Amino acid sequence: MSNTPPTPDHKLPDDHYLNATYGDGIRSWLLTTDHKRIALLYLSTVTTFFFIGGVFATMIRIHLLTPGGALVTPETYNKLFTMHGVAMIFFFLIPSIPAVLGNFLIPMMIGAKDLAFPKINLLSWYIYVIGGCFVLYSFGTGGLDTGWTFYTPLSSVYSNSAVTPAVIGIFINGFSSILTGLNFIVTIHTMRAPGMTWFRLPLFVWAHYATSLVMILGTPVIAITLLLAGLERMFHLGFFNPALGGDPILFQHLFWFYSHPAVYIMVLPAMGVVSEIIPTFARKPIFGYSFIAGSSIAIAVIGFLVWAHHMFVTGESTYAAITFSFLSYLVAIPSAVKVFNWTSTLYKGSISWDPPMIYALGFIGLFVIGGLTGLFLACLGLDIHIHDTYFVVAHFHYIMVGGAVMGYVGGLHFWWPKITGRLYPEALSRFAAVVLFIGFNLTFFPQFILGYLGMPRRYHTYPPEFQVLNVLSSAGASILALGYLLPMIYFAWSMRYGKVAGPNPWPATGLEWKTASPPPTENFELTPEVTWEPYDYNNRPDLGLSAGAPSPAPARGDD
Amino acid sequence: MHRTGELYGQFQTLEQQKETATLGMWIFLVTEVLFFGGLFLTYTINRSTFSTAFGIGSNTLDITLGAGNTVVLIMSSLTMAMAVWSAQVGKKKLVSIFLMATLGLGTVFLGVKAVEYKQKFDHHLVPGRSFDMKYHPTHPLPGDDPKELALEKKEVAEAFAHDPDINAHGQLYFSLYFGMTGLHALHMIVGAGLLLWLIKGSFAGRFTPQYNTPVEIVGLYWHFVDIVWIFLFPLLYLIDRHR
Repeated sequence: MSNTPPTPDHKLPDDHYLNATYGDGIRSWLLTTDHKRIALLYLSTVTTFFFIGGVFATMIRIHLLTPGGALVTPETYNKLFTMHGVAMIFFFLIPSIPAVLGNFLIPMMIGAKDLAFPKINLLSWYIYVIGGCFVLYSFGTGGLDTGWTFYTPLSSVYSNSAVTPAVIGIFINGFSSILTGLNFIVTIHTMRAPGMTWFRLPLFVWAHYATSLVMILGTPVIAITLLLAGLERMFHLGFFNPALGGDPILFQHLFWFYSHPAVYIMVLPAMGVVSEIIPTFARKPIFGYSFIAGSSIAIAVIGFLVWAHHMFVTGESTYAAITFSFLSYLVAIPSAVKVFNWTSTLYKGSISWDPPMIYALGFIGLFVIGGLTGLFLACLGLDIHIHDTYFVVAHFHYIMVGGAVMGYVGGLHFWWPKITGRLYPEALSRFAAVVLFIGFNLTFFPQFILGYLGMPRRYHTYPPEFQVLNVLSSAGASILALGYLLPMIYFAWSMRYGKVAGPNPWPATGLEWKTASPPPTENFELTPEVTWEPYDYNNRPDLGLSAGAPSPAPARGDD
Repeated sequence: MHRTGELYGQFQTLEQQKETATLGMWIFLVTEVLFFGGLFLTYTINRSTFSTAFGIGSNTLDITLGAGNTVVLIMSSLTMAMAVWSAQVGKKKLVSIFLMATLGLGTVFLGVKAVEYKQKFDHHLVPGRSFDMKYHPTHPLPGDDPKELALEKKEVAEAFAHDPDINAHGQLYFSLYFGMTGLHALHMIVGAGLLLWLIKGSFAGRFTPQYNTPVEIVGLYWHFVDIVWIFLFPLLYLIDRHR
């Protein structure tokens, strides 16, 4: 990069959403209806839950260092993996990208001043906090030992842990997700700027549209299901209790009707993030825009038709199982469409290895492994063998941590200059991305082998011959933890000391980059008008990008 | 976002604002369909598994009160529709009158529901320790028709011979009865609160042919809650009724 001209020094704008005051101090944050501030409120709370879930994960990995279990009693171990799952899934993964990055970016990407319903947006954050308090109360007063799946009648009758407040908390939290999804769908329909047609929308917005569909159609079902399970526990009713005539398999059907599509709530937004990062750092229009957009919707739709593949061993009808197995295979098609389109975008691109790009490429690698092992599990015959083993644990961590969290951290790196107006240290963040990738694989790849060899999930003990693989996994987890802590440290550092980024440091083509960093409260000085096609890196003279001319290098925090 | 008159800052025009609010309510109603859907599914599956117990459960409900309430609720939908129409054509006085009529009919519905709930407590048909399907036929209350009671007694005895766990399965029916009608009543109460807010606005003359979005979207909500009852009434009261 020695022959690129020096970039001019940027200055932070005088007035932006972070220093605007509508009232004083903390009240201007807690009563804000600005989608950008609400995004930061979410950022702080989901990070808190990520820490809580991370502490439980750490204790699990320490415990599994020795075959007999090194740290806790079997009962406590049950609580650790349950609370890890509940904190991470319901309070970190599901809100992470939509409620933080989606909230911040969707209005800016479509050229709107705010979401359609700003007060409802703030309300959904408060609902999340109230739900979170109930769950923390459960963690603090006896914990939770049912597994994150809350299978009845264990959860509704036999468990001696604090199930009721946890169920109430997750029920309440569901409405946060529903209202966020509702807000996004309505916003994308009615708040687009002039010229921002459906097929000019950034793919991040398409991904969030699909995610929102899953949120509004799936979440009400888990809400009513957990409500019934909670009522069953509180009033000794029998909806799902076989001793009273109820049907525990019905609970599993209702639970997975939401909880399988919920996986797509986690991974679709990450795919949206990757679809933004790849063309930016390959300096090429994205390959197959309409296929990537359509595949998001296809994943959301097919995702609702596969839930019973979690239930192959419940004794469901063979024909049902074969049908669900077949439908589960179908999800691979739109997923593969995305991966092939990203790699085609890279082909003959002018690739620069900036941190967001390293995360995006890491996402593709881990998602491919997670997705292909998903096919193993969709296969009816093989799933009977590896059901409820560490193979499943490894698979869904590749999708949810390797996929969704990689996308989330990559997205934070990509839009951090927009959110804070400042760049972070380049070399350190590249190092952190590589550490994260290595730590992740070392943690979870051995678990595929453990599962294939027959180690069941959720056991607090294992035969001595599995120790080497378990120690490798625990060692990987400590590297992984470093990979998460490093960005937290340098992000915090950059808020004060980072180099000022300017409006469009990479440069990227989306509308959000056409306004100041950090943006003003109303996002744009004037409502923008869109006259260009998405990701058109050959034809954007306003960004210094045109065919044949050398493209400007990304701004770097270390320069 | 500050607002100018009735226009909130994030919107460009009143039309955009109205379109947005209406779409928001429709999407909310979609989530409500799924929310009730889980309950309806649980009910349907148990109804087919335990048809004897559920049939007897249906028979204990008071069809006159149920059918009467159905009429009350349909009438309230009519008055709600009239309120929306009055707002659209600018008849400010009629808006208030029709909104108050809707609220009145909604309150009648809830009152009748309370009477029905009390009956279930009196008959020991509330899930819990004192639940007993045999209690009512053997402990008549003043005003009960002796012929009806004799029929009920015979029917319960036959059912017990057929399904010894009838009290457990009957509790499932009544759990679902209270769950479904309770959730519906909760929606009615929320609707009544929204109506009160609209009535306050209509007294202030807020709703005009140019701006009547709140009346319209509360109307959508109210009609939805009515439709839920249109499904609940046959499911709970009518299927397998044989007296």
